[in-house]
Amino acid sequence: MSEVLNFHFHVDGDDFTSAGQASIQIKKNLRRLGLDPEIIRRVSIAMYEGEINMVIHAHGGEADVNVYEDFIEIILKDTGPGIENIEKAMQEGFSTAADQIRSLGFGAGMGLPNMRRYTDDMKIESTVGVGTTVTMRVNL
Amino acid sequence: MTVKQLSSSGQFNILCMPEPEREIDGVYIGDLLSWVMGKAEADNVWITIMSNINVIAVASLSDVSCVLLAEDVTLESDVLNTAKEKGINILSTPLSAYEAALKVSGMI
Ligand SMILES: Nc1ncnc2c1ncn2[C@@H]1O[C@H](COP(=O)(O)OP(=O)(O)OP(=O)(O)O)[C@@H](O)[C@H]1O
Ligand SMILES: [Mg+2]
Repeated sequence: MSEVLNFHFHVDGDDFTSAGQASIQIKKNLRRLGLDPEIIRRVSIAMYEGEINMVIHAHGGEADVNVYEDFIEIILKDTGPGIENIEKAMQEGFSTAADQIRSLGFGAGMGLPNMRRYTDDMKIESTVGVGTTVTMRVNL
Repeated sequence: MTVKQLSSSGQFNILCMPEPEREIDGVYIGDLLSWVMGKAEADNVWITIMSNINVIAVASLSDVSCVLLAEDVTLESDVLNTAKEKGINILSTPLSAYEAALKVSGMI
């Protein structure tokens, strides 16, 4: 594991119109690196789900994408309310999203399951009242 | 079939078509964005009645070849501009999602 390439983004909370900018930028960056389109698709969807979660549930946060020789690591860190029951949150269909969020098409409770589906490894560390850090890995 | 070919069938209105040569391979119908991201496949036509700005991000990240707005759903001009910028093809139709899917399916 020689060089690691890092991309860092500040994810603005409560701004729906620009939500997803970090993921879309990452998609461009990974394309420029010439990675396989299906890998890029998995990384950028998983990151977008995490990015949107930070906007909807945690007033924004920080996103880091590290490109190693044989895997890509995505780290999403927020200082939001935290997740009380991670196991429950991971279940398809579980959501605490407000009605206004649901009217935009979010809140199906499929974000975290998608993040797990599209990555090779996923870890959630969360403390109520402190924040949440999601670390995902996609093998190259 | 390409998006351009689909659009010239006379069944669909072109709202914007920055990437006319995108290939179409299948259809996904859905309005819940995380379902779409979990289930739609690259190069699908995505039929939906959602029209907010997040649709553009989801279309871009999912690699769908085209968004097809059913039931005559329209887009705000800023959403349309973002779609053009991001290279997202958008068509619309008065048909229901079901009828639109049948039409697309009959053409691929
Ligand atoms: N970063 C976070 N901070 C606090 N709570 C979170 C965070 N991410 C997820 N959650 C909690 O986990 C639940 C499930 O998340 P998930 O992404 O699966 O669904 P959703 O965001 O509610 O809906 P969808 O992703 O389908 O639009 C959320 O409703 C929320 O309660
Ligand atoms: Mg979510």
